[in-house]
Amino acid sequence: MPLPVDEDREMRAKVKLFATLVGYVPGAEPGVPFEVELPNGSSLSDLMNQLNLPERETKVIFVNGRMRPLDYQLQDNDDVGIFPPIGGG
Amino acid sequence: MSKILRVNMTDLTAKFEDVPEKYKLTGGRGLTSAITCAEVPPTCHPLGPNNKVTFAAGIVTGTAAPTSGRISIGGKSPLTGTIKETNSGGMAGQKLAHLGIKAIIVEGQPKEKGKFWLLKVDEDGAQLLPAADEWLGKGLYETYPHLFKEFGEEVGIIGIGIAGERLMANAGICINDPENRPSRYAGRGGMGAVMGSKGLKAIIIDDTGGPGIPIVNKEVFDAGCKKLTDALLEHAITKPGGSLNTYGTAVLINILNEAGGLPTRNFTSGRFEGAGKIAGEAIFEGNKQRLGKELYNHACSPGCIIQCSNTWHKANGKEHVSCVEYESDWALGANCGIDNLDDVAELVLLCNAYGLDTIETGTTLAVAMAAGVIAFGDGKGAIKLVREMGKGTPMGRILGSGTETAGKVFGLTHVPTVKGQSMPAYEPRAVKGIAITYATSTMGADHTAGYTICPEILSVGGKVDPLSPEGKAALSRAFQATTAFIDTTGHCLFIAFAILDIASGYEGMIEECNGVLGSKWTADDVLKIGGEILKMERSFNEKAGFTKVHDRLPEFMSKEPLPPHNMVFDVPDSALDSVYAEL
Repeated sequence: MPLPVDEDREMRAKVKLFATLVGYVPGAEPGVPFEVELPNGSSLSDLMNQLNLPERETKVIFVNGRMRPLDYQLQDNDDVGIFPPIGGG
Repeated sequence: MSKILRVNMTDLTAKFEDVPEKYKLTGGRGLTSAITCAEVPPTCHPLGPNNKVTFAAGIVTGTAAPTSGRISIGGKSPLTGTIKETNSGGMAGQKLAHLGIKAIIVEGQPKEKGKFWLLKVDEDGAQLLPAADEWLGKGLYETYPHLFKEFGEEVGIIGIGIAGERLMANAGICINDPENRPSRYAGRGGMGAVMGSKGLKAIIIDDTGGPGIPIVNKEVFDAGCKKLTDALLEHAITKPGGSLNTYGTAVLINILNEAGGLPTRNFTSGRFEGAGKIAGEAIFEGNKQRLGKELYNHACSPGCIIQCSNTWHKANGKEHVSCVEYESDWALGANCGIDNLDDVAELVLLCNAYGLDTIETGTTLAVAMAAGVIAFGDGKGAIKLVREMGKGTPMGRILGSGTETAGKVFGLTHVPTVKGQSMPAYEPRAVKGIAITYATSTMGADHTAGYTICPEILSVGGKVDPLSPEGKAALSRAFQATTAFIDTTGHCLFIAFAILDIASGYEGMIEECNGVLGSKWTADDVLKIGGEILKMERSFNEKAGFTKVHDRLPEFMSKEPLPPHNMVFDVPDSALDSVYAEL
């Protein structure tokens, strides 16, 4: 059962953007974390909207080192890393 | 009509032969492995007269097929004792193909030890020339300019450095890039030492006037090229200005670090606090600052659309080295606890100069650091140790023997190798599919043998949880078989990023081969042909004494939990054994 959520309360996420995504958030640097305040119960999708990150430009999102889908519900103080499509080897 | 060139180093002869029927529908890895299996006794000493080193361009190498300049180099590896295929871009593959030479087989051994020859191959034939003193015992940044002066700027060179001359198990084989830098490497498995054991310093390929590659069905071929080209131009990873072209392969540093799978300080953590300082983004920004403009990457061989090869520049704006690949950056950076790009660049430069595999060098330095020879993070100390390898001092010789040997010399149990070859830049405890590839590959620990990182980390070709062992044996098997096919076509493995997501690109790759060969292959044949190559390689290894107990990761990985996920390697042996049992 999902926990009840108080949407009036704020929570914080520590966000890191990588590669081309830094261009969407003024002042962001690759991999340097910045804090984002969000309504309690926000999902990764909500975070992306708040940051004006286009969904088609993002490919892989980690929360605390685990890959998570866009509907993943964030918790206070989560570490979020967002990547565009990248490859190498 | 294509030919095989057989070079006998015992009696110093070079003769052309017709291509046997059985080799007509293969190339690249398929051909080097077939020749190794047919002609090399599996129990021979890799550095003795019975081993052979074979060079083969891929099926479509030298044609207009995009991103297809690879050359495969095969034989029995002195590092692993297994069969080996190691491939590279650079200028040699296409030139060899343009001359109508399907493979060069180098066999025998000169009676006189320590003497070296050059093999010159051109439209008129092939000849062995004694290597001049000025071409030997020096760094390749000195040697290659001498060779270009002697043979012209337009030749392709396949050569070895001091490491190969000294028969070090860590010696790679170097191929010039389009700017004639000695910077592209068939690095893995010590094949440079095999070339050195034959007394062969370099192969010089001049394709002027060469007949080119016959194409049986041009219509099919052209349609295939278009489909693959379109896929590479469309996919966000491979397109011009895409992530590979902008940030190079080292763009992976940050994502593996986030995933907790970036091996750090000799595989004791999956996170490196200095990752951001050596990542692809830092290379791009650092170059921009030092050059005053943005610098995008270049092709390692003509006709590549992806163009992922970078250069790193010094503070004064002068070029320091090309190329700081992800693997090199990780091995000589994070895995040694080094977060200074200038130090990493200098280490890459020294590896290129001496003819060393950057992966094996970095993992060996990390083992030396774990043993207390120098401290983790000591970039200047690492540079000194690599110089010892160049000088051939006793310490340099130990390090030049590779990670497993160095680990034994220093009495360590924490040594990240499989079948004698060090693991590359993905932590098996944090990425379970690639762990299975490391354990079961016919080549020893090798990420390129079955790159499950695509769905496990990059969300390419699907999406699976890297930490879960579920379904990973089948995933690794499919990637290993597909890879054996791609390595046979002569395409760079990086086309996989596009063709795993874009079905028409995958079809295009097959149609290109059908166009060149007149074959009727379908997508099913890719797995079948790749699987047959794997079975053939596996059979060689079995005859060389390898069994399923060699398909295991080092013991420490199932005992020591890895931060940040604090997981051990938990794939059961039965899953590892199923990779080949169910092939």
